[in-house]
Amino acid sequence: MKALALAFRPASSGDRTQQGVLVLILLAVILVVACLISLGVGPTGVGLRDLWAYATGNAASLSAQERVILEAVRLPRTALGLLVGAGLAVSGAMMQGLFRNPLADPGIVGVTSGAGSAAVAAIVLGNTVLAPVAMLLGNQFLPLMAFFGGLFNTWMLYLIATRDGRTSTTTLILSGIAIGALSAAIMGLMIVMADDRQLRDITFWSLGSLGGATFGRVLSILPFIAIVLAIMPFVARGLDALILGDAAAFHMGIPVQRLKTIVIVAVAAACGSTVAVAGSIGFVGIVVPHLLRLAMGPSHRFLLPGSALGGGALLLIADSVARTVAAPAELPIGVITALFGAPVFLFLLIGKKGVSMRDMP
Amino acid sequence: MISGEHITVARSGRKLLDNVGIDLRPGRFTVIIGPNGAGKSTLMKVVSGEMKPDTGFISYYGTSIGLCQPAELARRRAVLPQATQLAFPFTALEIARMGAVAQGALNPTEQARQALAKVGLRGFESRPYPSLSGGEQQRVQFARALAQVPQPIADGIPRALFLDEPTASLDLGHQISVLEIARDFASAGGIVLAILHDLNLAAEFADQLVVLNHGKIVAEGACAETVNDEIIASVYGIAGAVGRLPAEHIPYVLPQSRHR
Ligand SMILES: Nc1ncnc2c1ncn2[C@@H]1O[C@H](COP(=O)(O)OP(=O)(O)OP(=O)(O)O)[C@@H](O)[C@H]1O
Ligand SMILES: [Mg+2]
Repeated sequence: MKALALAFRPASSGDRTQQGVLVLILLAVILVVACLISLGVGPTGVGLRDLWAYATGNAASLSAQERVILEAVRLPRTALGLLVGAGLAVSGAMMQGLFRNPLADPGIVGVTSGAGSAAVAAIVLGNTVLAPVAMLLGNQFLPLMAFFGGLFNTWMLYLIATRDGRTSTTTLILSGIAIGALSAAIMGLMIVMADDRQLRDITFWSLGSLGGATFGRVLSILPFIAIVLAIMPFVARGLDALILGDAAAFHMGIPVQRLKTIVIVAVAAACGSTVAVAGSIGFVGIVVPHLLRLAMGPSHRFLLPGSALGGGALLLIADSVARTVAAPAELPIGVITALFGAPVFLFLLIGKKGVSMRDMP
Repeated sequence: MISGEHITVARSGRKLLDNVGIDLRPGRFTVIIGPNGAGKSTLMKVVSGEMKPDTGFISYYGTSIGLCQPAELARRRAVLPQATQLAFPFTALEIARMGAVAQGALNPTEQARQALAKVGLRGFESRPYPSLSGGEQQRVQFARALAQVPQPIADGIPRALFLDEPTASLDLGHQISVLEIARDFASAGGIVLAILHDLNLAAEFADQLVVLNHGKIVAEGACAETVNDEIIASVYGIAGAVGRLPAEHIPYVLPQSRHR
């Protein structure tokens, strides 16, 4: 990590555009490799040659079993991992820009639990009180519910923790804990009301997993993630300016209030929809943007697309590890991301002031 | 011309600004002076569009400020705030570049480089902002404002520079050069509004001086009319100080422009 940061010191010109482009290219390559690994590893290994044959339409060289595994299991799982990872990392990066705080992670400040409790409510109440809504929304019911849960908590957090456009880390984390606790209470209530089958679904949520990935799930979150990715170029300049403060951003022509509304909705969409399909997978939203800031600077022009690529890659690799280390059993992916991410979070917390400067010339 | 009439701002039952009018003309360097808490920054916030007054009317060349989009205002005026904090380590160049981008520059990086050179920060481009000294940070912010209005007149319309205490935390030499840049901007047809605490600097550079106290304009006009014993005593409570030399054994250095 340190070596990476050193390798990417700002050029003496102070302009890190080339550096940003370079890192993006590198990340794209890493992402492709991660996809191949994710498609290939598992109890039935599928080699590069087989993947190539399959991709070029020459599927005859694969056995029927290999084809089924690839089409019904690996492909949807890889696609889901890609979308979920991108969504988590981008929502983290956007949230940190909005709060001007590198510690603002949707998982830590209660956005994920808001989405989670809404998703659990959707499962438990989906065939009773909320049945008409569930019928109406079909496949999108769960992600939409999670989105509104996440939106509610993000908005609450912003209203509570931000005074005069400033967010102190202490208020942010503390109010995040309180809001998260409230969501946990709601979730607890729902669990009491749940039946056995619903309980199994809920357990899956709290651990976070890409298991059970289907193309249905991929399609259900695709619109959310696509919208968030599509707005990235339009909010990047605004988020950069916002780092100098609300007033300075306004002086530089940013419609501050509109930007904040868009970003809050985007964070909730990315975070909520991923929680709906994969449960709460922690720390991706903090680790990826943090490492990228070290590598290419804090500008959102590169940070946001970089987070999308890096988040996808990180999640696919974590999922491949989760599938293989304890085979035939599968570790919850949240365990892997937490093992990797919690230390980074602590590192950030301890050296809050120093971190960003120490790694620079 | 940028003008404000009958501006009143009240917060928690106190009038921060009380029926203030201000006229900013192209080619003129206007300076606001006054004690702490007089309402100087508040007035600048109202005129720059950052704060809405409770009553009163601000217009940019006849258009009410309420009808101007943020992006449109950003092309007409740049603002140097009294203080800027930063949560993430942008480089000096990246900060200045934001100003250039706000103005829609074709080559923002080059423009940012020029602005940094202008404030004497050539060679500081790659320095992370948090690692700069207080005065250097202040000058980077000034460069950002300059990059946002690189030409005093564009498309036939004068641009404006609003500077809230641009000389705070600068050494004597840099105080002078920052104000000289601002004065050149005004001489070339731009509008400059600055808040200063140093009366000597204010007198040296201002074409028009506005004295603010308790949210009201106490005096305005050329320095010769406004900086006199009566006004200074009533506003700052320091009597008989204008033009008085310090005691014989105290050396003194008055900030003075290098060329005039
Ligand atoms: N939002 C607010 N609510 C209540 N009072 C405020 C608010 N903003 C500013 N004030 C008060 O208004 C007064 C004027 O503030 P302002 O920042 O304009 O002063 P200033 O003339 O710029 O002073 P300084 O020289 O210290 O910068 C101060 O007494 C300040 O405490
Ligand atoms: Mg002030």
